[in-house]
Amino acid sequence: MSEIRNLSRRTLLGQMFSAGAFVLAARVAPENALAAATKSSTGDWHPNLWLTLSPDGMLTILAHRSEMGTGVRSSLPAVVAEEMDADMGRVHIEQAIGDARLGSQDTDGSCSIRLFLTTMHEVGASARTMLVNAAAAKWGVPAADCAAKNHQVVHAASGKALGFGELAALAAAQPTPDPKSLVFKDPASYKYLGKDFPITDLDDMVRGRAVFGFDAHMDGMLHASIERSPVIGGKLKSYDGAEALKVKGVRQVVTIAHSDPPWLFKPLGGVAVVGDSTWAVMQGRKKLKVEWEPGPNGSADSVAFRAGLMETARKPGKVVRNIGDVDAAFTRAAKTVEAEYTTPLLAHASMEPPAAVAEFKDGKVVAWAATQNPQAVQDTVAAALGIKKADVTCHVTLLGGAFGRKSKPDYVAEAAILSKQCGKPVKVAWSREDDLRFDYYHSTAAMYLKAGLDERGNPLAWLQRSVFPPLMTLYDPKAIYPSFELSLGWTDVPFDFKNHRAESGPASPPLRIGWLRSVASIYHAFAVHSFLDELAHTAGRDPVEYLLAQLGPDRKIDFKAQGVASGSDGKDEYAYDTARLRRVIEIAADKSGWAKRKPAKGRALGICAHRSFLTYVASVVDLEVDDKGGIKIHRVDTALDAGRIVNADRVRSQFEGAAVFGTSAALMGEISFRNGRVTQSNFHNHPVARMSEAPRETHVYIVPSDAPPAGVGEPGVPPMAPAICNAIFAATGKRIRELPVRKTKLV
Amino acid sequence: MIQLTVNRKSRSFDGDPEMPLLWFLRDELQLTGTKYGCGLGLCGACTVHLDGKAVRSCQTPMKAVAGKKVTTIEGLAVNGDHALQSAWKQHNVPQCGYCQSGQIMQAASLLHEKPHPSDADIDAAMDGNICRCGTYQRIRAAIKTAAAAKTATLAAPRQERVELAAAPPGIKLPSTESASELQPELVAGEAAL
Repeated sequence: MSEIRNLSRRTLLGQMFSAGAFVLAARVAPENALAAATKSSTGDWHPNLWLTLSPDGMLTILAHRSEMGTGVRSSLPAVVAEEMDADMGRVHIEQAIGDARLGSQDTDGSCSIRLFLTTMHEVGASARTMLVNAAAAKWGVPAADCAAKNHQVVHAASGKALGFGELAALAAAQPTPDPKSLVFKDPASYKYLGKDFPITDLDDMVRGRAVFGFDAHMDGMLHASIERSPVIGGKLKSYDGAEALKVKGVRQVVTIAHSDPPWLFKPLGGVAVVGDSTWAVMQGRKKLKVEWEPGPNGSADSVAFRAGLMETARKPGKVVRNIGDVDAAFTRAAKTVEAEYTTPLLAHASMEPPAAVAEFKDGKVVAWAATQNPQAVQDTVAAALGIKKADVTCHVTLLGGAFGRKSKPDYVAEAAILSKQCGKPVKVAWSREDDLRFDYYHSTAAMYLKAGLDERGNPLAWLQRSVFPPLMTLYDPKAIYPSFELSLGWTDVPFDFKNHRAESGPASPPLRIGWLRSVASIYHAFAVHSFLDELAHTAGRDPVEYLLAQLGPDRKIDFKAQGVASGSDGKDEYAYDTARLRRVIEIAADKSGWAKRKPAKGRALGICAHRSFLTYVASVVDLEVDDKGGIKIHRVDTALDAGRIVNADRVRSQFEGAAVFGTSAALMGEISFRNGRVTQSNFHNHPVARMSEAPRETHVYIVPSDAPPAGVGEPGVPPMAPAICNAIFAATGKRIRELPVRKTKLV
Repeated sequence: MIQLTVNRKSRSFDGDPEMPLLWFLRDELQLTGTKYGCGLGLCGACTVHLDGKAVRSCQTPMKAVAGKKVTTIEGLAVNGDHALQSAWKQHNVPQCGYCQSGQIMQAASLLHEKPHPSDADIDAAMDGNICRCGTYQRIRAAIKTAAAAKTATLAAPRQERVELAAAPPGIKLPSTESASELQPELVAGEAAL
């Protein structure tokens, strides 16, 4: 992905078009791209990697990003169809295998539309141009007098029309147009883009026909269930599979080699029970007798660990952003406020646990997996088996939720390793217990904040320090200082503070850390926006008025000039525009009736506004705390500015879902560990929001925008915890500084 | 040997009687619309109908289904046009889609018992079905739409689908064999739908 981001798209596309294909990837060899663009023997027209047009008019568009609920599998192909004026009824969306020629397939970071929207427009416009040119040539009329219309090219003056299918062979003979010459469809004539349209899998999903990783099947496959060291880093001391082998349907008990840090996406290792059915191997696994050496993490304890993080956060850390002179300003302050915030490890807990089936045969692997990143599957499986990446084929199923977990294909490597050992295709389907105990957890964090206020309660000085185990420890155990996480809500705080210092401290995790939906923005937004609310109340001011006051005059913030990361890719077009944040705050406040709200017993509003993944979001939570301390979230009003959008309905659904996901994280999400062992095992001790606990109504307001596209999947999550906790304070006077909320007695 | 009916088709099973119905459906019949989510009856992803009532198939051993009728999402309606499935599509409910079979089967059982459920009824019936994507508000809306549609269609003189579903048990559909396999279980639970 970094290769793409670092390349000028225009230059790159220029090279690719000259090679006859529209490919966004630095890794593509022109020969391969040409091969993909040759005519097929069946008469299909295959102008580039993404498109195939059959003589019967069926247009196949490749979806190269993974579908885990965002709708991207439908959204990106819809852009191509729109640009071609194709009939969606004659479009078939095919899920791509892992293929570096397609560019990044790593479906995370809320960047599918941002990275590929332009490419998809170009793919569609180029194909349309070739079809129109083909028809014009056949009719002997100027191409300018012809147009694509609903899967046909029409010549208005003569009334002639030819279907796309009829033109396939002729279009194949047309030269690929110069990308600079492409004319794009007028957005005013869009049929799909920016509007609501259904996802391609909708019917299959309501009929139980959609195929997820858990449903993947290979003929003759065996099932496997794997017992792993309960302590991460623990080693197998001994095992006895005799009783397991007595279970009907169990065929083999084999081991998977132990991995050492860096964890990367390597399988943890363990003892696998392999057999004829899911049930047989589950029963067999229970009969295993296994002894483990706990290893270096055997005494790890989450309470002590978090206390250690807090201890570090109380001390001066590495300065990661500095404006003015905070220390001098503190001495002038009329009042000083300090607060400490902590958040726990979180599990992804997608409804579908990790699952894959793989077959090793003749030195090659074919896998079907619920994966966010099929190219990482190729790399991981190749490394695990000592084969070439090119010898790993990864098919991508639908993902039953993922939230970042399924970017890490350790479970696919397990299936491939077992297939090699057992000589048959092997399916590895994790149990819920496996999923919760062997996750790549969202980091636990501790944050210390201090502000010096003037007479009106505005911050003269603002100091913030955060400490959490960094994601990079997954790749390098010595990388104990955070890197890009700081751009997620820590060094890009947009307030107009004259004296501001952000610091960061080191931490090393005793288990595997990974990214989870909205990543570090969850804890950073929680600390920053809870503290801001505390200051508003300290000043006796309205939280929305206070928030807008701190935002200062409308301006674009040049974080780069301050030498800090801001998640903007360093691109001017994504510079932090405080006017856009102000606007979503005003919309959310207005729609929630903030100004007109009268105090009611136990019921109040809370707000948070936060930009992440380049999208500006403000959410107002309306909740009630009952006499027993129970929380009911009546309503959420979320306003967002994500720039240009593709499917308005899927944007709304992502923010509706993010409100629920954020509610789970705020109210109940927690992974703890004792003696190195994760305490939680299933939904009884790891609750996630159920219908009665989720916000009853989430209203989403999308700011119409022509700005470049930004993220949608993640940015709805971060505002939820602070908005909930700010509402709880307004309703009860209790300030929540430790998540999840359920650890605090509210009455 | 355990005999049972799954989506109107007779089936037999002679394996471990303790094996949950979930794995019989998924591994032996390849009816993979019914999902695993927790294995402890905590999430509802595996919900099917047993003699017309919603049950968690991960908590239902094969020995408990002898002689019974099982309906899975694949058998809920011949053409996937059950009022709930249509409402689900109308509201674009699914995100990842994984839990939705269980949600729909649970909702179908609710509508059988309470054709016009209140919000509290919906909460009570649906709280056992987790959706990690957070589609709850659309699920609620779709249940209400389906409930209203049902009332409207029952009042209408002739509605093809409802007529089939409301017909007495044993009716034969004038359809292909594959379609008849998918004919809804015409047990009490479905008849009201």
